[in-house]
Amino acid sequence: MDKEQFIEHIKNHFPDDILDTQVLKKNRVMVDIKPTAIIRMAEHLYKEINFRFIIASAFHTKKGFEILYHFSDDLEGTIINIHVVLPQEKPEIESLANMFSGANWIEREMHEILGITFRNHPEPEKLLSDGNWAEGVYPYRKKFK
Amino acid sequence: MANQKIIPVGPYHPLQEEPELFKLYCEGETVKDIKWETGYNHRGIEKLSESKTFEQVFFLVERICGICSTSHPFAYANCMEEIADIEVPDRAKYIRSIIGELERLHSHYLWVGLAGHFLGYNTVFMWAWKYREPILDMFEIITGNRNSYAMFKIGGVRRDVNQEQIKQLRKVMSQIKKKNDLLTGAVMDDPVIHARTKGVGVLTKQDVVDYAAVGPTARASGWEIDVRRDDPYAAYDMVDWNVITATEGDVFAKAKVRLLENYESIKIIEQCLDGLEKEPEGDIEVKVKEIPEGIGTGHAEAPRGEVFHFVKTDGSNSPVRHKIRAPSYVNIATFKKSCVGQTISDATISLAAVDPCYCCTERMAFAYDHDTGKMIYDGNQLVKLSQKKTEQIRKNL
Repeated sequence: MDKEQFIEHIKNHFPDDILDTQVLKKNRVMVDIKPTAIIRMAEHLYKEINFRFIIASAFHTKKGFEILYHFSDDLEGTIINIHVVLPQEKPEIESLANMFSGANWIEREMHEILGITFRNHPEPEKLLSDGNWAEGVYPYRKKFK
Repeated sequence: MANQKIIPVGPYHPLQEEPELFKLYCEGETVKDIKWETGYNHRGIEKLSESKTFEQVFFLVERICGICSTSHPFAYANCMEEIADIEVPDRAKYIRSIIGELERLHSHYLWVGLAGHFLGYNTVFMWAWKYREPILDMFEIITGNRNSYAMFKIGGVRRDVNQEQIKQLRKVMSQIKKKNDLLTGAVMDDPVIHARTKGVGVLTKQDVVDYAAVGPTARASGWEIDVRRDDPYAAYDMVDWNVITATEGDVFAKAKVRLLENYESIKIIEQCLDGLEKEPEGDIEVKVKEIPEGIGTGHAEAPRGEVFHFVKTDGSNSPVRHKIRAPSYVNIATFKKSCVGQTISDATISLAAVDPCYCCTERMAFAYDHDTGKMIYDGNQLVKLSQKKTEQIRKNL
């Protein structure tokens, strides 16, 4: 399906969970969702319409901790960015690693660099920083005035 | 559990170009589980990128990988050009594709050579690395460097390819084609290589989808994905070529995919050279005024699979966030599927089959008894064990 059809399709499927949708460039789509809907959304993209999970990017802004889950529709060459914002005080979201192993490493990495907690992660051990990184220090967090 | 031995492969090991520790939990000769430790070479490149200007980031990301040093600039350029809404001139597109495909050729030869060495086929190693040399020479002629070519910039490329270089490239391509025939024949028809690689380290399509694997690792298991075709960039939609796949998912299938991909790369380069000759005076770059606020997602098909870059900008001269995902990040995790149930002597080639890539440094490996701490094998002995198995098969044929 092309990007307009996809936006229509996803809005119909998740009428209560989608906060905003936009076409960024000719084949890039951004879908803002509520963090509570991430499992349902990923399940639909990965299992029902067979999109490929590329990776997730997390960053710290004044709004909170933002995660973009990048999925690829390889038949159309479209990248779908699923965007969630987690609160500053308690950044927590459900893990996707039980659904597909491709999310296992990146969630552990996001936990180590930004301190985001992924609930029910199957293997919550350290990936990058075992033994060489102080506890509770998150190097990619920013200080905002 | 009492009889399980842990064989640590790494952090420095001859079958890996770079540091990472794999712990193979073995019962007798059989690998029962695998665990890994990464982060030995975490250079904080994503964070470092936030302190560089957009142009400087090219030289930074080029140094992520020594073997595929143009893949990261390629994906980053795609990403930045998406943010700034830039259309690159055709001549620059052709040059970019030529560099990308030359890199795929030399990287695949490097892998075939190393795989041959692990199996005890040092002739394959010497052939493949010898054939790789003229490609590196071409890099030096075109870009000035055998490695880290510094060819890419936002909006185009830094150097043009002149008529004389086109002639040299054509000559090298015609020679490589013949050599690829020779090498492909030697690998595809050899009963000993069949015995060592067929049915070894098998990944099913479900496995690669689950681990979100990319590149030849995914394509050898029947998952037909290739960014060059699915979301075309540079000149890939202006030339005629095919995506190579196999369905078996074993080490042999991965070797086959890589060797046949070499033909496609040669085809792409030759057509790009035609394109350059058709329009000899074309521009190689467009001027970029400023990079606006926004986000960009760029990807490119590196020899090992999709390289993915995400950049967030705020209208200043540097990225606010730069996320990079190299193909080995997702491919390495498939070891959990490909190695478990194999013998130790097959584990070396199964690990090498995804062409793992971390960063170049020295090597060491040893195996020790979990209970007594006594050393069983060192790194060289592990490779010798693999080579001995091939020798045995050869004798029994």
